[in-house]
Amino acid sequence: MIPEDLRYTAEHEWLAPADAGVFKVGITDFAQEALGDIVFVQLPEVGAKVQAGDSFGEVESTKSVSEIYAPVSGEVVAVNSALDGAAEVINADPYGAGWLVELKADDPAAVDALLDAAAYQELTTNS
Amino acid sequence: MTPLFDVHRDLGATFTDFAGRRMPLRYQGELAEHHAVRRAAGLFDLSHMGELEVTGADAGRFLDHALVGRLSTLPVGRARYTMLCHDTGGVLDDLVVYRLAERRYLVVANAANTTVVHVMLREHADGFGVDVRDASADWALIAVQGPAAAAMLDPGPLPYYGIRAFAVAGRDVLLARTGYTGEDGFEVYCRPADAVAVWRSLLDRGPTPAGLACRDTLRLEAGMALYGHELSVRVTPLQAGLERVVAFDKRDFVGAAALRRQRATGGFATLVGLVTGTRRAPRAGYPVLAEGTTVGAVTSGALSPTLGHPVAMAYVAAGWSAPGTRLTVDVRGTGVDAHVVTLPFYSSQR
Repeated sequence: MIPEDLRYTAEHEWLAPADAGVFKVGITDFAQEALGDIVFVQLPEVGAKVQAGDSFGEVESTKSVSEIYAPVSGEVVAVNSALDGAAEVINADPYGAGWLVELKADDPAAVDALLDAAAYQELTTNS
Repeated sequence: MTPLFDVHRDLGATFTDFAGRRMPLRYQGELAEHHAVRRAAGLFDLSHMGELEVTGADAGRFLDHALVGRLSTLPVGRARYTMLCHDTGGVLDDLVVYRLAERRYLVVANAANTTVVHVMLREHADGFGVDVRDASADWALIAVQGPAAAAMLDPGPLPYYGIRAFAVAGRDVLLARTGYTGEDGFEVYCRPADAVAVWRSLLDRGPTPAGLACRDTLRLEAGMALYGHELSVRVTPLQAGLERVVAFDKRDFVGAAALRRQRATGGFATLVGLVTGTRRAPRAGYPVLAEGTTVGAVTSGALSPTLGHPVAMAYVAAGWSAPGTRLTVDVRGTGVDAHVVTLPFYSSQR
């Protein structure tokens, strides 16, 4: 399941435009499936500045831990506090209620350089 | 390839490569499967396990020599948990040995160690009237584990760690009351050609298909060692807290000298249970510290689905293993408070 209208990273994150220059970020269905049942998520604070490619959180399943990487540089303007104690929502609805943070991108155009649905589809098919 | 591959695929399994085989990691989700085993019953395909048959007039005496336990006095129809050790006392594999007949034993090994166990047993067999054969291709293994398992199997009188001939779906099987989940349960040894019929018959009785992912959290909660994590050739049964499986009263056996020496000397690192307060679980390889110094390392860890907090097993240096000892686990750069607890973390109310 790869929604057409989102942008993706090779680290299996998705971005969706939320507001002017603001993007909602989550992990893909492929990622949640690979992780298995997610039991804990650690997210940055609102106001945190992140650099593209840097780790800014963790998603932990019973089996393993995965870092979450900032897909673009910017500022965290919202975090999904509903995941606190209910991280399994990421498994159930990775593109909806399981979103992780909202990022205000330093350069909104940087998002255009990320993978589109077709490119991400190809990436997951070949991995 | 497990003879049940198509069955798992049709059930929507996610697969993992396990010792060269594609085995089901999970079906719907490992947490639901874990809880199903604790509350009712789960159905596992364990066909990756290795089976060796040891037969002959000296079979019992030979196993007493080759393994750390005493198998010659094991009654027919009973099983024992034991180990194959190196001369150094290091663990080459942990095993469940069933006595099927006076002169016939079934030795069940971890998949990845089957060849090593086979080679070492043959080597130790020199001078004994015994035949050691890798019979892994002759056996599929399906487990039903959980408090509801007995009602599903209706096994008649079969004690814990007992084994006997039985029929499932009209097929001849060996039914053993053994497992690796900390629950009452059964392991069904059948011919690979019968595996699909046996699986379907067992599934019809209501257990939840359960993959290897939940098997790992189940055994961890039950404080059971996993080869490659808690057990390796670098540790002895004494270090793993399994001195009880070593029959020191036997005159001689492979590894005896090294194990006796270690027991007399003491002062070695031992396996402990750790509990932490946060939700970030210690994982294999994470350093364990005391007073700012590394005193050990985690071998397995996860957020316990049953208990709701992280549990881990770790080797710690002598002096740091007493229950209640306060330690710190380095969880990816952050020090997390932990304390030593008595294993297991969880035991069933059977």
